[in-house]
Order: sequence, then C-alpha cells, then structure tokens
Amino acid sequence: MVTTKLRLDPRLKNPDEFYKALADLHADASVEQSLVINAKLVFILANHIGDHDVLMEAIEAVKANEAIA
Amino acid sequence: MQKTYEYELFDYTPSREQRTGEIERHAVVIVGGGPTGLSAAVDLANHGLEVVLLDEDNKVSEGSRAICFAKRTLEVFDRLGCVESMRAKGVTWNVGRLHYQNEEVYNFDLLPEEGHAHPAFINLQQYYVEQYLIEYLQTLPQAEIRWLNRLVDVETCDDHVRLTIDTPDGPYDTECDYLIAADGARSSIRTLLGLDWEGIVFEEKFLISDIVMKADFPSERWFWFDPPFNPGQSALLHRQPDNVWRLDFQLGRYADPDEASKPENVIPRVKAMLGEDIEFELEWVSVYSFHSRMLENFRHGRVLFAGDAAHLMSVFGARGANSGIQDVDNLVWKLKLVLDGQAPDALLDSYSDERVYAARENLAYTGSSVKFMSPGNQATLALRNAVLELAKDYAFARPLINSGRLSTATVYRESPLSTPDEAEFAGLMTPGVPCADAPVRLAGERSWFLPQVRDTFTGLLFADSLASIPAELLAQLTALSQATIPIKTILVTEPDDAPAEYRGFTVLVDAENFLHDRFDAQDGTYYLIRPDQYICARWRAFDRQKVEAALTRACCLSVL
Repeated sequence: MVTTKLRLDPRLKNPDEFYKALADLHADASVEQSLVINAKLVFILANHIGDHDVLMEAIEAVKANEAIA
Repeated sequence: MQKTYEYELFDYTPSREQRTGEIERHAVVIVGGGPTGLSAAVDLANHGLEVVLLDEDNKVSEGSRAICFAKRTLEVFDRLGCVESMRAKGVTWNVGRLHYQNEEVYNFDLLPEEGHAHPAFINLQQYYVEQYLIEYLQTLPQAEIRWLNRLVDVETCDDHVRLTIDTPDGPYDTECDYLIAADGARSSIRTLLGLDWEGIVFEEKFLISDIVMKADFPSERWFWFDPPFNPGQSALLHRQPDNVWRLDFQLGRYADPDEASKPENVIPRVKAMLGEDIEFELEWVSVYSFHSRMLENFRHGRVLFAGDAAHLMSVFGARGANSGIQDVDNLVWKLKLVLDGQAPDALLDSYSDERVYAARENLAYTGSSVKFMSPGNQATLALRNAVLELAKDYAFARPLINSGRLSTATVYRESPLSTPDEAEFAGLMTPGVPCADAPVRLAGERSWFLPQVRDTFTGLLFADSLASIPAELLAQLTALSQATIPIKTILVTEPDDAPAEYRGFTVLVDAENFLHDRFDAQDGTYYLIRPDQYICARWRAFDRQKVEAALTRACCLSVL
C-alpha cells in the first residue's frame, strides 16, 4: 500500500519490548476492559501524532489489511 | 397543557374564497404555522408579497418543543423585525458544562468574543417564538393567517399548485404560484406527493420533564454522562423563561415510555438530580426517540419544503428549528426575485442545493451526538467510555466528548452562487459564509453592522477616506443601485467625523476596527453580500464587470 504521509517502514526502536508491554497491558483484563484499554491507547497515540491525514491513512491501512485477512 | 403559559385561541373565519365561491390565485401559500412557516410568512410579507398561511390548528404549539435559538437564527429574526421581544423574554446563554460521573470535565463558551449584537443562544419556548411571530404578522396587511384550515389534497401543475383545504365550514379550493410546505415532521404535503422520506430511527429513548422551580443554577447548559442520578446514561439541565427548566434523562433503548412518564417515576429522578429538598412542579413530561431523515431534494416543481417537513434530526445540538428558520432565510429572497420576474425559476434549485447541503451537515452532526450517547455496539461503547475516562485526566480528550455540537450557520462551501476569491484574504469571511456582525457608528450613534445588510444585495466598500474614492467609482456604485437587481452600497470608513451619508450611500464608521479585522479589509476592499447576509464575492478593488458577473452568478441569471 502506497501512502503519502503515514510511515510504514520499520521505526520501532524496541519492537519486542513494545509488544510485551502491550500484551501486559491486557494481561488481567476482561474482553470488555481490553476494548477500552486499546481505545484509550489509540486516542493517546492519535493525539500525539496529531496530523489528520496520517490518522486517516492509518485507518485506510487497517481496512486494506482487513480485506486480505 | 402547560401551567406557565396561557394559550390564546385564534379565530377561524371563512376566507373570501369560501364566501364568494371563487378560486383565487395567490403568489405564495404556506402550509404550517410553526416557527418555519411563520418566519416565511413574515419574510415574504416584509418583501411586500401577499402571503396566505394555513394552519390546521388555532393556537401555538403545545408541549415542550424547541427551546434553543442560535445566534444566526436571532440574526434572521432581527432582519425580520421580530427579535426584540424574543431577546427580552429569552434566557441568554453562552456556556456549557460537561460532567462525567461526579465531576465537571469540560466547559465551553460558544461565543468567546465580544462585538456581536446577539449571544450564542437564547432559550425561549417554541410557543413564545410562534406567539411573537404571529403578533408581528398581525400588523402586516399583506399577510393572512387562516386558522383551522387543514390541507387535504394538493395538485401540482406546470404553472401553479392547486390545494384542497378542509375547514369547519367544509372544504374549499385555492391556488398559488408557489407552495411552501412547512407542515412539519408528519407533512401531509410530502405524503400526498408520494415523496420518499428516507432515514433511520434511533431506538434510544429520552425523557423530557420540564419543571417549574425557583433555583439559582446559572443559565448554562449542563450535561452529564453516567451521573449518580442516572447511572450509565446521560442527563441535561437547561433554564427556560418563566422559571421553567428543561430536564432531559436518557432512558436506554428498552425503557417503557408509559411507565417512565408517570409522575411517580419522574419525580424521584428529578429529586435525585437536584436534591431532595428542591421545590418544583412538573410542567410537562414526555418520552421520545429520534428520527434522522431528509428529502433528497427540497424543491418539487412549485412546492418548496422547509423545516421539519424537509429534514428531521435528533435534538442534541439544537439544529432542528434553527435550520428550519435558516431554510426560510435562504429561500425567501430567491422566491421574491423569481416572483418579480427578475431571476429565473432555476434560482430556486439553489435553495434546494444549499439547504440540502446544510441538512446533510446537520444530520451528520446530530447523528454523531446520538451515537456518542448511545453507542451501537461493544466496540463503540469502548471508544466512548475511553474518551470519558481519559477526559478526567487529559485535556486533549475533552473536546471529543459529544453531548451535542451546537447549531452554527452552515457555510455553503462551493455553492454555485458564490464567486471564488482571486485575491488572498485572511480570516473567516469567505464566500458562502454569513457576514459576521460588528459594532459600528452610524450618524454618530453606536449601532450594529448586520442590520444594515439586508433584503437586497449589498456592496460593502472599505475606504480609508471618503474623499479619496474616485468620482468614476461612485458613479458606478450609483448605477448599480439603480439596476434591475439593485446593489445597495455601504461605505465603511474610519474617521470619527464621517457623515452619516456620502453621495447617497450610507456610511458606517468602524470605530473599534472590528469590521476591518473580521473582513480582513484594506483600503478599496469590496464585498458583495446576498440579501440573506451571506457573502457571495469579494475583491481587493471594485471592478464593475466582476461585480455584475458575481451578481449574475448569485441569481442564476445566465441559466436559461
């Protein structure tokens, strides 16, 4: 998928650590709590990014990936 | 019926047509005497047009209905000559506060700047708005209200519309060049014409209980998510005139409306919200759910739909009555030009274009608000609750809380009637935007800008000094004021000692610089403004050909 602003090249400094932290965030959560936890993280990160075009491209990237799942 | 308001019963009198048995052809008939229909009648009558309004009832609206009238609507009422009584009676408010559970998480000021004649909102019961419009209409000989006149059939023809109307004396027929269908959510005209009324129903139920109480709460819109007195749901508190307070409780999708509206079930809710010791009386109770619907086209030949007959939406954001009155603001100047033979019938298509655009925007906003209050599935419930919880700690999340995006005037982006800018301009006054108000001095007295710009096309010329305006330019402005579709020019200048009039043009002194600032005006800047106070074009220098081209465009004069 070609995007104009969203960066999809590898940029995570510590991918495994991040993955583990994310999984740990959900460790004791029910399914319902997990939905809220993920939502909060999305909003916090989205606000940090700020750029509306980047956010919309990210949503499109998810849709494209969902289509091939 | 409400105890705080006394209903006047208007007289039914047989019309001339019923007495003579002769069918008459009227320029405009309006069906529906709500805020939309009545505003249309006032606007048309002010333009000198003969207008007949038919209402199936003989009194103003019953029940607790529209209460929040927005700044743009107040500016329209000002233009119609009806705003003073409304401002005197209405409760002014600008601030809203949002609470989550026990605490306030956000507040907003809808008019955070000075220099406007009207506030962001007034609260005024719909029956008062109707009453004041009717009182004004009764002073206008061109306007006739026919009470207890119920439309039962409509026949659309090429050059007129024929109506069959039922009355206490039996039915009669009448005709009109144009019919304004302002007959509300259950519009019989829409049904009779067989028009698709597409949309959805939101299952969520809400309880309105208007109460009478003397209380010191400020005149602010207070909204709660998940308060202790309505766990997991939302609630609203808002002041109206006559010590009436609007209370709103979200009930959930599965509430039983009959049970919920029983006084013995309502009173405990009110006490839980306001406190055990508060004295109050129930004034009105009803349970409702919302539709979100609109016509695809507000124009069907000679029938023009406005207000709830054209579009229905949830109340959060106060966009229903406000957009109905703003439909009228858009329609009447166009209808006047068409009826006078000065613009082609195609101009009326722009009414539908612009107001369908506005309705789509309003339905989108109000739909988002209901969905935020009543999320449709687990995932969106999680999103909503995430926002509320984040808002407790983080300011960034607070503007995401959606308890209603309050009504503002629609900007007609890319309207076919607008002329795009050639020059660079800062600020908000782009073509398709209604003019901002500003304090000015007129004839040495403090006044307001907007009431000077009304009912005809207006040219606004900014000049550092009146004497520096070239004679040739003044001659051209004079010529424009005498054209078939006249453009009335207003000169805006800064020196305090400017006269009230110069070479036949009104002069406004922009003493506090609000106009120059808001319109990003320099010496020579010229704005062309529509009769509904919307900007249709602007330039850094007056050019007669360009102005005439913009006027042609704004009136669809080149459409055959």
